[in-house]
Amino acid sequence: MAFSFSDEQEEFRAVLRRFLEDKSPTSEVRRWMETEAGWDRETWRRLNQELGLTAIHIPEDYGGQGFGFVELAIVLEETGRALLCAPYFASTALAATAIMNAGDEDRKRALLPDIAAGESVATLAFTEDNGRWDPSGVELTATPADGGYLLDGAKSFVLDGHTADLIVVLARLPGSSGDQGLSFFTVSGQAKGLERRPLRTVDQTRKQARLTFDAVPAEPLGAMGEAAEPLARTLDQAAVCLANEMVGGAERLRQDTMDYIGMRMQFGRAIASFQAIKHRAADLLVEVELAKSAAYYAAAAAAEDSEDLPAVASLAKACAADAYMHTAIEAIQLHGGIGFTWDNDTHLWFKRAKSSEVFLGDPSHHRELMMQRWDAPAEGAVA
Amino acid sequence: MSDATEATVRAEARAWLEANWNPDLGLIEWRNMLAESGWGVPAWPEEWHGRGLPEALAAVVEEEFQEIGAVGVAKAGIRLLAAATLLEHGSQLHKEKFLRRILTGEDTWCQLFSEPGSGSDLAGATTRAELKGNKWLINGQKVWTTSAHHADYGLLLARTDWDVPKHKGLSYFVLDMHQPGVEANPLRQMNGHASFNQVFITDAEIAPEFQVGELGEGWAVATTTLMHERRRADGLRTWARGSDRPGRAYDEERAEIATVMEPYKWYPQRAGRVDLVLPRAEATGKIDDPAARQEIAKLLTLSKAAEWTARRARAAQEQGRPQGPEGSLGKLIASHVARAAAHVHTLIAGADAMLSGEDGPLDGTIAEILISAPATSIAGGTDEIQRNIIAERVLRMPKEPRFDTDRPFREVPKNTVS
Repeated sequence: MAFSFSDEQEEFRAVLRRFLEDKSPTSEVRRWMETEAGWDRETWRRLNQELGLTAIHIPEDYGGQGFGFVELAIVLEETGRALLCAPYFASTALAATAIMNAGDEDRKRALLPDIAAGESVATLAFTEDNGRWDPSGVELTATPADGGYLLDGAKSFVLDGHTADLIVVLARLPGSSGDQGLSFFTVSGQAKGLERRPLRTVDQTRKQARLTFDAVPAEPLGAMGEAAEPLARTLDQAAVCLANEMVGGAERLRQDTMDYIGMRMQFGRAIASFQAIKHRAADLLVEVELAKSAAYYAAAAAAEDSEDLPAVASLAKACAADAYMHTAIEAIQLHGGIGFTWDNDTHLWFKRAKSSEVFLGDPSHHRELMMQRWDAPAEGAVA
Repeated sequence: MSDATEATVRAEARAWLEANWNPDLGLIEWRNMLAESGWGVPAWPEEWHGRGLPEALAAVVEEEFQEIGAVGVAKAGIRLLAAATLLEHGSQLHKEKFLRRILTGEDTWCQLFSEPGSGSDLAGATTRAELKGNKWLINGQKVWTTSAHHADYGLLLARTDWDVPKHKGLSYFVLDMHQPGVEANPLRQMNGHASFNQVFITDAEIAPEFQVGELGEGWAVATTTLMHERRRADGLRTWARGSDRPGRAYDEERAEIATVMEPYKWYPQRAGRVDLVLPRAEATGKIDDPAARQEIAKLLTLSKAAEWTARRARAAQEQGRPQGPEGSLGKLIASHVARAAAHVHTLIAGADAMLSGEDGPLDGTIAEILISAPATSIAGGTDEIQRNIIAERVLRMPKEPRFDTDRPFREVPKNTVS
């Protein structure tokens, strides 16, 4: 397991950071977050033409660049830092990953190249109105009809669900429950019988939609009734991705806050000179660095498909979510009154921290998963 | 040795060890051979028992020692800090008199810096050194001194001038611990152990030639010692394994380790014993309690993230990259782990957390965790000092305003204990 990034990876990160500083300043973020779509197809095309970001972890056989989760995690850390308004997490981290895990050879060849090229924007529709992040919450049904399948039900909290071209849907076969009968399908964003309603989200920089399916024709993705395993894997990998995106945002907030308290004068001195502030700044650094270590370790575990991935994915998700949210709370507090205003940028990250804290399962949920997955013997026996 | 490469050093070290290492030698006899050959401390200068090799090549030599199973020079306790300080600031006399016997383990050293009135503020020492006739007379009290009761020499920081600012009035001495004016008493801690001493110094004498560095330059010399202490903090604890092989040198090394490590036997408990958490939760059934599971998961997360942060810091160091912030956080993180672990052990133990010794869980080990953890956030730099260091040195935030450095030390408010 590597505990540092290679020179090439560091260089890639630096290029990407400069690119995003240029293309996604907060003025742009504010512009796109006010729109219903939340992102711009032209900017998205440029992003992918110039840097090939949507191709990063897709194998070369399917039109991708063939890198792994460490490189994908670097991209996400930087997009999280820049609060990029784009369907990147939905299309690359969620949908492409699900297709890679669940799809058979033909479907992968049919779907992945367009996603890799950024021509097709995809998303994963998994959670329903009950807000459960495990398969027990899946009620949407897939009924066999005329050699194909028809989907009926509703999905919610679907990232970029109202704008995606392709929707990967998790459904269950009639009469099944639990892990049984779970199946992945793909549906066109324009499919007949599909209704898409954008949701009003706390975090305007990441759009969500509620989708209703009324006998929507769907194409199977992978073996019917066998989606539990690829789903679990996809959710672990997605948790790792989100953890890395979160530590990028947390680090940016922390640094912006350091800049502000270094400038803000009260009582004739910079507020950064007060010990009460210095100690909190030190604590925040500790918290964010710990979360980074966990996120990086989890990315390496995903890249190597290591046995401890399920446990460390949940560990990293919970750790990053707590660190990001706490950093956001402290960032606003340390900014004082200005931090509570709309014009100040801090709330943009605060709201992303809030949505990321809950998306894919909150920290308590992931701590419980982590406990179920922890390999007890590795911790040693009673002395 | 400037043209030494890893391959030549490795071959030379191996050849020498193969020709000379014999586990049936007496420990001191063997270590004298190490001191003469330079293989015991290859990074030291050639004229002082070393070979002048860079640290990286010295590590190669160390690997050869481990490969062949040869016992090394004495390393435990304060002695190598004393040696590093004397190599940098000591006189010819100091080096001749002390260095070899440090390496052989014949002399034991202790560090006389902390005082009851100056803990975090070491430069506020009020132990006085006064030149009377041709001797320095020392009076004062030192504390938190490991091994003082069996040490031969002490590294002493004492005030020689009260009319200059605090850092400028200190001088550094080697104190002979075997004299009537030096009394070391064990200091009993809240966990019942007595790992440290208080040292009462009453008209103890030091000959002028045992001053280290210039008069009034004691703080700079002490800084050297402290820097090495920080660098070696890990090494000092991990060193003490010894070998279970037969042979006189091994036997004598094991006895040495047993003596030196005695004060540290509660240190694993002080760190929180995260390794015991899951087995204990299984044994008590608390593993099925949802609230306990959350707290256990938080602790395991913290502990794992701490471990990975340390490995990130080490990886960066090994690649020769500038150290990132992750390298300066370990001490503060260790405090968080210890506290969280004590909290979780309490949750798991339930009512049994009130019991110690043979009535307590794991024959008192759990109780020892609960009453030792508070040391972690104090010893070796309190959490508050660590946060100042992180804020000022890593985050480059403004330094604390000071009210003690711009006036004669005599006028600085101090604790009444002196």
